Amino acid sequence: MKSIELNKVQDYLDQWTNKPVYVHVETTNGAYAKHFDANAYNVGAYVRNAQITYTQGKIVEQEGAYRVGLKHEIGWIYAEGLTDFEFNENNQLLMAGHDADGRLMVAMQLSETPFNY
Amino acid sequence: MEIDYSKHKHVVVIYPHPDDESFGTAGTVVKFREAGVPVTYLCGTLGEMGRNMGSPFFANRETLPEIRKQELINACKEIDMDLQMLSYRDKTMEFEDEQVVADDLRKRIEELDASLVITFYPPYAVHPDHNAMGRAAFRAIRDMDPDKRPEVWANAISNDHQEILGSPDIVIDTKDVFQKKLNALKAHKSQIDGMLQKVRQGNEELSEFDLALRYFQYETYHTVTFD
Ligand SMILES: [Zn+2]
Repeated sequence: MKSIELNKVQDYLDQWTNKPVYVHVETTNGAYAKHFDANAYNVGAYVRNAQITYTQGKIVEQEGAYRVGLKHEIGWIYAEGLTDFEFNENNQLLMAGHDADGRLMVAMQLSETPFNY
Repeated sequence: MEIDYSKHKHVVVIYPHPDDESFGTAGTVVKFREAGVPVTYLCGTLGEMGRNMGSPFFANRETLPEIRKQELINACKEIDMDLQMLSYRDKTMEFEDEQVVADDLRKRIEELDASLVITFYPPYAVHPDHNAMGRAAFRAIRDMDPDKRPEVWANAISNDHQEILGSPDIVIDTKDVFQKKLNALKAHKSQIDGMLQKVRQGNEELSEFDLALRYFQYETYHTVTFD
């Protein structure tokens, strides 16, 4: 992955407007947050291979990190804290946010075909 | 404490993640292998939802499974351990039907004719997958004919486990085989590099070997019986 380039990612988002795509969204602070800090709390959620058709997808930058919002017929999908992206050989748009140690904190990924499960 | 490694027929290690074996039991495995005892790792998942992507990061969510699979294969080679991958998915083990997982584990334990099973001690193993895998393994062994049950050594790692379970029954000093353990740990490049960099802070004078030894020298187990 490399640092997000806003215009490139916006172009990738635009190509799938009004087309069914599969979404992977996740956020995590790891399974050991509480183990290493009694005051911390493990949080996380992930969705793998939800199918949606968004009518508008948009990426916005603020202070070096990015948010992506996908508006669809009856709601939204949203992720914050994205910093890196890759459009891979399977035509999947991968976006993720990493902490200073390179650990994944948040991800949003889009693909025309289902992600491996 | 003197352990007669050669008395065992076959040791079966049951954990959910690539790298659990290297952190928790690699030195023990080497000692069994040096005593001529076969060891097989039943690895539940490919750790495909791990958040460590290498440091600096080189993996992503979609490449991580294949990378960790290869790391796992290499780590097992370093310590000369057979490997069976069970194809569950990282972070979902606790949502599987526990009896189905246990039945599959029991079949494999019986086929391998295990005299010892090493697994996590639920619910003292912190990660939900660790606890789920340990629970399924315990259930598999409880389901066996009492005369045929293997010995069980279980790793408890939660911060409160000593208060509840007492001190471990078995403490294995891996110093004499630690180079192999370190090789196994380092096979998990996507997972271990960040950790070694972290613990290096304040320990700049230590060699990599001594640094890793400080954290991973001892492998500890509670013995578990089912009646
Ligand atoms: Zn683990």
